[in-house]
Amino acid sequence: MTPSPTTTPDAELVEATARRVVAEHPPTSTPLPELMGAWYDAGLTWVHFPVGLGGLEASRALQPLANRVMREAGGPEPRTVNTIGYGIVAGTIRRYADREFAARRLRPLATGEEKWCQLFSEPGAGSDLAGLATRAVRDGDGWRVNGQKVWNSLAHLSRWAILLARTDPDVPKHKGLTYFVVDMQSPGITVRPLRQITGRAAFNEVFLDDVFIPDSQRFGEVGEGWIVANSTLGDERTSLGDRVAARGSGVIADALALWAAHPERHDPVLRDRLVRLWVRAETQRLTGDRARVAASKGVAGAESAIIKLLNSELAQAVYEFCLELLGPEGTLIDTYSLDAPDDESGPTAIQRKYLRSRATTLEGGTSEIMRNVIGERFLKLPQELRADKGIAWKDIPR
Amino acid sequence: MTQEFEFDDEIVELRSMVREFCAEFSPEALVREHMESELGYDPALWRRLGTDIGVLGLAVPEAYDGDGVGLVAQAVVVDELGAALVCGPVLGTLALAMPTLVALADEDAKRELLPSLCSGEHVATLVAPLATGVLDERAVTIEATENDGWRLTGEVAQVPDGAAADTLLVLARTSDGLALFAVAGDADGLTRTALTTLDLTRRQAAVSFAATPAQLLASGTEAVGAVERAALVASVLLAVESVGGAQRMLDVTVAHVSTRKQFGQPVGAFQAVKHRCANLLIAVETARSAAYHGVWALQDGTDDPQLAAGLAKAAASESYQAVSAGAIQLHGGLGFTWEGSPHLYFKRASTNGLTLGTATQHLDRVAALTLDAVSA
Ligand SMILES: Cc1cc2nc3c(=O)[nH]c(=O)nc-3n(C[C@H](O)[C@H](O)[C@H](O)COP(=O)(O)OP(=O)(O)OC[C@H]3O[C@@H](n4cnc5c(N)ncnc54)[C@H](O)[C@@H]3O)c2cc1C
Repeated sequence: MTPSPTTTPDAELVEATARRVVAEHPPTSTPLPELMGAWYDAGLTWVHFPVGLGGLEASRALQPLANRVMREAGGPEPRTVNTIGYGIVAGTIRRYADREFAARRLRPLATGEEKWCQLFSEPGAGSDLAGLATRAVRDGDGWRVNGQKVWNSLAHLSRWAILLARTDPDVPKHKGLTYFVVDMQSPGITVRPLRQITGRAAFNEVFLDDVFIPDSQRFGEVGEGWIVANSTLGDERTSLGDRVAARGSGVIADALALWAAHPERHDPVLRDRLVRLWVRAETQRLTGDRARVAASKGVAGAESAIIKLLNSELAQAVYEFCLELLGPEGTLIDTYSLDAPDDESGPTAIQRKYLRSRATTLEGGTSEIMRNVIGERFLKLPQELRADKGIAWKDIPR
Repeated sequence: MTQEFEFDDEIVELRSMVREFCAEFSPEALVREHMESELGYDPALWRRLGTDIGVLGLAVPEAYDGDGVGLVAQAVVVDELGAALVCGPVLGTLALAMPTLVALADEDAKRELLPSLCSGEHVATLVAPLATGVLDERAVTIEATENDGWRLTGEVAQVPDGAAADTLLVLARTSDGLALFAVAGDADGLTRTALTTLDLTRRQAAVSFAATPAQLLASGTEAVGAVERAALVASVLLAVESVGGAQRMLDVTVAHVSTRKQFGQPVGAFQAVKHRCANLLIAVETARSAAYHGVWALQDGTDDPQLAAGLAKAAASESYQAVSAGAIQLHGGLGFTWEGSPHLYFKRASTNGLTLGTATQHLDRVAALTLDAVSA
C-alpha cells in the first residue's frame, strides 16, 4: 500500500523547506518580492516543477502543504501575487519554453515583479476562440502582429502576455493558429481599461498595431497554437476551479459567517437552502480531493472541467443566498467609482462578491461551453454539427 | 492504511473481479428472473458470492471467518452489486445484520452467527426502527419477556429481507430497557408475510412475533450502540450502492444517445441532451466523493461519522434519483418500457431514497451538525 502523501519523505522535505523559508524571511516583515524570491529559490512556488525553476520535482498534491505554511506564517496566498502568471502562464512556460527563457522569466513571474496577462479573446472570438482574427505575419527573424484583443484581465498592469494569433488563414480555423509570448512594452501595443459590473476596471481591450515579436518567443510549432492554448486553458480551469481545501472554506465560508452573524434572519426555508449549499460545497471539495489523489497516481479524469463548472455555479448560488440573507442592506453598495476596493473587500464585500460572481460562469470558458467539453471530451458524446467545420478560416461566413 | 480516495491495487482488482462475476452470473436477464421469483433472489448465487469469490465478509474480522480487510473493500463490492442490481439480501444481511453483530461484545454469538453469513450459507436481517436513518428508540414496539427463556411479541410492518432471513436480529423492549435478540427463521410464533415491493429486486416482509423464543445477544447501551453503528454502516453502503447504480445508468444512457439518431444525427449531439448528460456525470461524481468519504470516515474514524454518513446518504440518494430519472427521459419511449433497463434502476433509486432516511431527513441532521452548531 502506498503511504499517504502527508507522510512521504517528499512531504517532509516540502514542509521543512517551507518552514525554513518563512523562518528566514518572516512574511509579515519581508518585502513581497524578496519573500516570494526566496520561496521560488527554495523550489516552493510550484513544487512539481524542476529544481532551479521554482520546483522540487515533488508531487503536485503537496503544493497545498507548502501554501499552508506560508499562510500560517502570515504570508499571502502565493497565487494572488500574480494571478494569471501563476494559474495560467507558468505551466505553459514549463512545457513549451526553452530552459533559458524559463529560467529568465519564471523568477520575476513568481515574485510578482513581472505580471502576466492573457491575450486570447477578441471581439469576434470568445467561446469560439479558435475563430480569432489577429494576424501574425513573418518578418525576418520574427513576426508582425496586428489585431484587437478584449476582456484581458490585468493587461494594464502586465509586463508580459501570452498571445494567440492567426498565421495561416487558408486552413481550417484550429490549424492556422500560433502561440507567442509578447513584451507588453513593445511598440504598437495600446491598452485601454474597460469598466466592469463592479465599477472597477480590471480587464481591458488591447490593440496590436504592427507589433514585432522575435521568433524565439514562439511556443510550439507554427500552426500548432491551438494545442498549446489548450494546455493553457486546462491550467486555467484547474486554477479557477481548484482552490478550496478545508471544510467550510472558500465561498461557503461567507455564507456560514453571515448565517452565524444574523440569527434574527433565520428561517427554516433559508436554513434548508444553506444546508444544500453546504452539501454542494462539501461534495465539490471532496471531489477536488479525489481528483488530486487520482492525478498524483496519473489517472486524469473529467475533474478539472467538472470542478471549474461546479465551483463557478456554486459561487453564484452562495452569493445569491448571502444577498437574500442581508435583506434590505443587500440593496446598498459602498461605491461604484473606478478606484473602488477590489472585488473581495471593502465594507460591502458581500455585494461586491455577489456582482463579481457573475463572471465565474463566463471567464475561462462559459458554463455552456464547459458542459460541451464534459459531454464531448469526457463522455465522448457525438459533436454537434458545426457550420464552420473543415472550411478554410478565411471562408467562414461572418 | 491507504489515504482517503486511494484505491490500492488489491481493491482495484477486487472491483474488476466482482464486476466480471456479476456480468457472467447475474446478467440483467437473470436479475429479471430472480426478481419475479417467489423468494426474490437465488440462494445459490448468494452462496457463491460468499464462498467461491469470498466477498461478503470483507469487513468482518478473521476470528469470525471474515477477511478483516475493511469497509472500503466491502463498499467496493456493494458498489458493483448495485451496478448490476444483483438480487440478494445486501441490505438485510451485508449492510445491517453483519455490522450489528460485529459491533457486539458477545464472542459466542459472533462465532455462532457470523461465519455462515460470511460464507453466504445463511442470511439474516435486523428488525429495528431505522426508517429515519437513525435509531428511534421510542418506536421500538416489540416486547420481550422472560418466561421459560426470552420470548418476543409484537409486529413490524416492513422488514428488509424479512422473508428470506434464517436469523432475525430484533431490538425489543424489556422491563429493563432495550435489548437485542436473535430469532431463528423457523421459530414458533414467527409469522412472515412477503410484501410486493416497488423495487422487486429488493424484498421486504411484514413480521409478527407471538411469544416467539429468542436468544438474548446484548442489552442496554451495548445493544443500542450496535444498532446505531449498523445504521451508519448501512447508510454509507447504500450510498455507495446508489453510486454504482447511477454510474451504470449514466453509461447505458451515454451509449444510447450516442447511437440513437433523429433529425439525421445522434441525439447526443443535441445540446439539451449533451448538457443533461454532463449534469448526470456531475451528479455521479460528486455523489461518489461523498459516498466514499463516508466509507473512509467510518473505516478510519477520520470524520464525524454522523455527519459523513448523512452527507453520503443524502448526496447519493438525490444523485441516483436524478440520474435514473434522467436515464428514462433520455431513452425516450424505450425508457418507459418494462423491457428497458432504466425502470429497474429508477425503482432501486426511489427505494434507496426512502430507506434508512430520506435525503431531506439526512440534510436536516447535517444542518443540525453544521449550521445550528455554528449559530448556537
Ligand atoms: C472577468 C472576466 C475576465 C476575463 N479575462 C480574460 C483574459 O484575461 N483573457 C482573455 O483572453 N479572455 C478573458 N475573458 C474572456 C472570456 O474567456 C470570454 O468572455 C468567454 O470565453 C466568453 O466569450 P464571449 O464573451 O465572447 O461570449 P460569447 O462566446 O459570445 O457567448 C455568449 C453566450 O453564448 C453562449 N454560447 C457561445 N457558444 C456556444 C455554444 N457552442 N453552445 C452553447 N452556448 C454557446 C455562451 O455560453 C454565452 O452564454 C474574461 C472574461 C471575464 C468575464
